Amino acid sequence: MLALMAPSVVFVCFLFALPIVLFLFRAIDNAEIPEALPRTTAAIAEWREGELPPEPVYAALVSDLAALRGTPQLALLARRLNYAIPGFRGVVTRTGRLLPQSMPESPKAALIAIDATWADPAAWGVLRQQSGKVTDFYLLSALDLKRDPSGSVVDVDRDHAIFVDLYGRTLTVSIGVTLLCVAIGYPVAAVMAQATPAAANWLLMAILVPFWTSLLVRSTAWVILLQNEGLVNKTLIWLGAIDAPLALVFNRTGVYIAMVHVLLPYMILPLYSVMKGISPSHLRAAASLGASPVRVFFTVYLPLTMPGVAAGATLVFVSAVGFYVTPALVGGPRDQMIGYFIAYFTNSAVNWGLASALGAFLLVLVAATYLVLGKLVGFERLKVR
Amino acid sequence: MARGTRTSLEVSVRAGARIYTGAMLVFLIVPVLVVLPLSFTSGQLLVFPLPGWSLQWYEDFFTNPIWTNALRNSVWIGVVVTALATTLGTAAAIGLHGCKARWAGAVMALLVMPLAIPVVIVAVATFYFFAALGLVGTYAGIVLAHTVLALPFVVVTVSATLQGFDPNLVRAAASLGASPFLAFRTVTLPIIAPGVVSGALFAFVTSFDELVVAIFLSSPQQRTLPRQIFSGVSENISPTITAAAVVLLVVSVALMGIMELLRRRSEKLKMAGGQTT
Repeated sequence: MLALMAPSVVFVCFLFALPIVLFLFRAIDNAEIPEALPRTTAAIAEWREGELPPEPVYAALVSDLAALRGTPQLALLARRLNYAIPGFRGVVTRTGRLLPQSMPESPKAALIAIDATWADPAAWGVLRQQSGKVTDFYLLSALDLKRDPSGSVVDVDRDHAIFVDLYGRTLTVSIGVTLLCVAIGYPVAAVMAQATPAAANWLLMAILVPFWTSLLVRSTAWVILLQNEGLVNKTLIWLGAIDAPLALVFNRTGVYIAMVHVLLPYMILPLYSVMKGISPSHLRAAASLGASPVRVFFTVYLPLTMPGVAAGATLVFVSAVGFYVTPALVGGPRDQMIGYFIAYFTNSAVNWGLASALGAFLLVLVAATYLVLGKLVGFERLKVR
Repeated sequence: MARGTRTSLEVSVRAGARIYTGAMLVFLIVPVLVVLPLSFTSGQLLVFPLPGWSLQWYEDFFTNPIWTNALRNSVWIGVVVTALATTLGTAAAIGLHGCKARWAGAVMALLVMPLAIPVVIVAVATFYFFAALGLVGTYAGIVLAHTVLALPFVVVTVSATLQGFDPNLVRAAASLGASPFLAFRTVTLPIIAPGVVSGALFAFVTSFDELVVAIFLSSPQQRTLPRQIFSGVSENISPTITAAAVVLLVVSVALMGIMELLRRRSEKLKMAGGQTT
């Protein structure tokens, strides 16, 4: 039996679990700097902050940079240090280029002559903070925080603070989509559960066909439907409800419409299976004891269906927080969620540490939702069909 | 909700709920169906009313090398992923079924974990990992990553079929002298076949519809159909994209429909079996 499981287990461990662990480690990994500047990071540990480092630290930096000269590592180091000290990219590349061929008499004077930044104790302080094998730099950045030269955690400038907003937006959209799915899905599932088997079958197909259709096709369809010349605007104008087309796509409205459409089956299907399992005799018993239909609903039906609501809401919420493709297609620049920025920092901005830190926070959010709601609902309920 | 007399309030609530349900089903189904007529337009723009009917966009889709290459990639990657995921997943499900140890639950949790994590994280993590191994921009890379995503579906579907499977049948075959492989081929496999076929269909659709991993792992040469549609939509939507979307839609809905039929059939069989025993 073990031999039958082993290939899958090895496969998933190697191609899924290991990449995820390495990805999360990237959020704190700082090997780049100690590897590029081995002598400097060793020498700088001795230095007391507040004044300029002694000559040996400067000498170490000169030899480290001399070793990097002409290699691609110099550009990588410059980029990495630029994350921590804006403008440092230029300082590092210039210093690397103008470095004297042999060790100067006074490395300190030589470096300061190349770039005055080397006479700034604050810059050296940041360099020292970044010289360890691990760093909290990316995790702090992903929370709009940084360390000042003295080492204490402070807010980044308002212009650079984008991530707290991003989490707020991701949560707002995800909670909004979840609530909309509950509000829309609950009556639909209830009607389905009480329909005749033949009717229920047709209703089920009407939910399964969109459910089976690729998310990409559905998001594309919404772009087509919601654009200014699209069917929705044209119909509304034809009906006389509006005079000019409404802006329905490439904004938050489009994101809500398309995400609710994509995720609604995840709400309806678990809810339907819970509702179908409720014996009508419970409701009849309550009614025969004199409860009004409204009272039957609130004291009997609603409590019995709550596990379905919780299961559906969990599935919708954890899917929504990780969304990337749908907001990218139907949203505007201000509607993008965490997933988009993970992709952005991987592909366009190439700051893998920051992408990993954002991924780590997203994963914490998903895991926390599963733990809290999953425990509440029971993990075995967390399936669509 | 009570039997017998219904108040007028109740009647109108029921009628309201039905109209509401109808409206919501329109909301669910219309966007899926709207691409169908648009893909047959004779015009250049994706607007209603259609100026006329034409197959020109399908002609473009099936002759333009960009699209035929994408379709070929998607089919091939899907077939290899299906073979890999179905073999691995069926073996794992049988192993899990025969294993009563407490850690079997942990193995199951590990195998379905890729479904629980946002796919963008899986895709980016795989991208970094494969970049170090030189697998980014290769067919092997996409196949392996898609197999990770498809495997849970096979394990879950085959495990569900195995719920009703009596292990004594295999023991009986073995006692009559059948080798483990012969017993599997002639006893286990025919019984769990619907589950294996469902799992395989699920695996194929998972790979065929997959976009996010393809965004990160494919170079232009390996572009799959969803990847090609995605870049088309991000630039400008030509009617050929709707033709491509219809192809994607028809394949996934048809395969999932077959799966649903298999599921209903096996449920019926299970219920019938339950009545006789």
